[in-house]
Amino acid sequence: MMDLLKLLGLKKQSSKDVAKERLKLVLIHDRSNVSPQFLEMVKSEIIKVIQNYMEIDEDSLDIQLTKTNSEDGERVVPALVANIPIKGMKNAGR
Amino acid sequence: MSEVIVITSGKGGVGKTTTTANIGTGLALLGKKVVLVDTDIGLRNLDVVMGLENRIVYDLVDVVEGACRLKQALIKDKRYDGLYLLPAAQTRDKNAVTPAQMVKLCDELRNEFDFILIDCPAGIEQGFKNAIAGADKSIVVTTPEVSAVRDADRIIGLLEANEIRNPKLLINRVRQDMVKRGDMMSIDDIIDILAIELIGVVPDDENIIISTNRGEPAVTDQKSLAGQAYRNITKRVLGENVPLMDLNVSEGLLAKMKKLFGIKPA
Ligand SMILES: Nc1ncnc2c1ncn2[C@@H]1O[C@H](COP(=O)(O)OP(=O)(O)O)[C@@H](O)[C@H]1O
Ligand SMILES: [Mg+2]
Repeated sequence: MMDLLKLLGLKKQSSKDVAKERLKLVLIHDRSNVSPQFLEMVKSEIIKVIQNYMEIDEDSLDIQLTKTNSEDGERVVPALVANIPIKGMKNAGR
Repeated sequence: MSEVIVITSGKGGVGKTTTTANIGTGLALLGKKVVLVDTDIGLRNLDVVMGLENRIVYDLVDVVEGACRLKQALIKDKRYDGLYLLPAAQTRDKNAVTPAQMVKLCDELRNEFDFILIDCPAGIEQGFKNAIAGADKSIVVTTPEVSAVRDADRIIGLLEANEIRNPKLLINRVRQDMVKRGDMMSIDDIIDILAIELIGVVPDDENIIISTNRGEPAVTDQKSLAGQAYRNITKRVLGENVPLMDLNVSEGLLAKMKKLFGIKPA
């Protein structure tokens, strides 16, 4: 019943759910700030894997934490976005 | 073996001083020898919460500067056996003490006391660094609000970075009526986010204000719900396994009677 009302847009999300979602998002940023090495670690691992298949431009590789809409479109969720320019494919990839 | 426990939070006004006073008094009531150390230099509060403000002669800064002996600065609470207060200086600032001096002080206090409770100032600057310097354990106080939980998360990270492992969480000022209608994060919500072990939950209770007015910690008041919560927490500090209390009884007797007779609360 609750969910039906929510679907029909008749029931507002409770304020504590809003609070919880906002907290989760803000903490993802706070926590990654506490350890700036974290993204660097992720970055170097990703480079390692991708280099098995493609030639990439390591210097202009960009990776960051951001937010996006969830699949059901109801919530905002954290997302890891990577922009990896490809210079060429390696033979193994064919 | 004595324990040095720092009570901290990041955000101000969430209940650190109230918690220090109540757990400390609770431990003394159970026969432990306890000293409460107020490290909020410049904004001392623990003395008035404990009702000991008229007995201060020397303070924490006098002790670390060697202006008096440690014993001269300790105020004995005559109401509860084994309970002492080391007050903060009011006319100095946080930089009057260093972390190394705090470590030395805590080690000296270990010779005399079972429990050394450190009331930490708000923030993450010098005052915080001083307060945690000599601590073995920590209790992180939060309220069920976004800003307080966020700051608690930051503090947990800093405690762990300073090798104070396994901080325990105390959730203060919970209003079960608001939790029920979805307008306040529940205990589970907060634990889910902070992912540390809970040491207790204290309801929002007007008895805290009344007892603070009188300078008598609520833990000594058998009728106060917050007092009961602090008695439970005190036992958990001693390692006892006490179940969480039912906060649903938090509505006053009057509200319950009204409900019983079908009168809607005003
Ligand atoms: N459980 C509670 N219920 C009602 N009031 C509370 C409760 N805990 C703390 N307070 C009140 O909140 C205020 C701040 O508490 P305090 O212990 O001084 O916080 P802090 O030391 O973290 O700044 C005080 O006025 C205190 O009486
Ligand atoms: Mg305080």
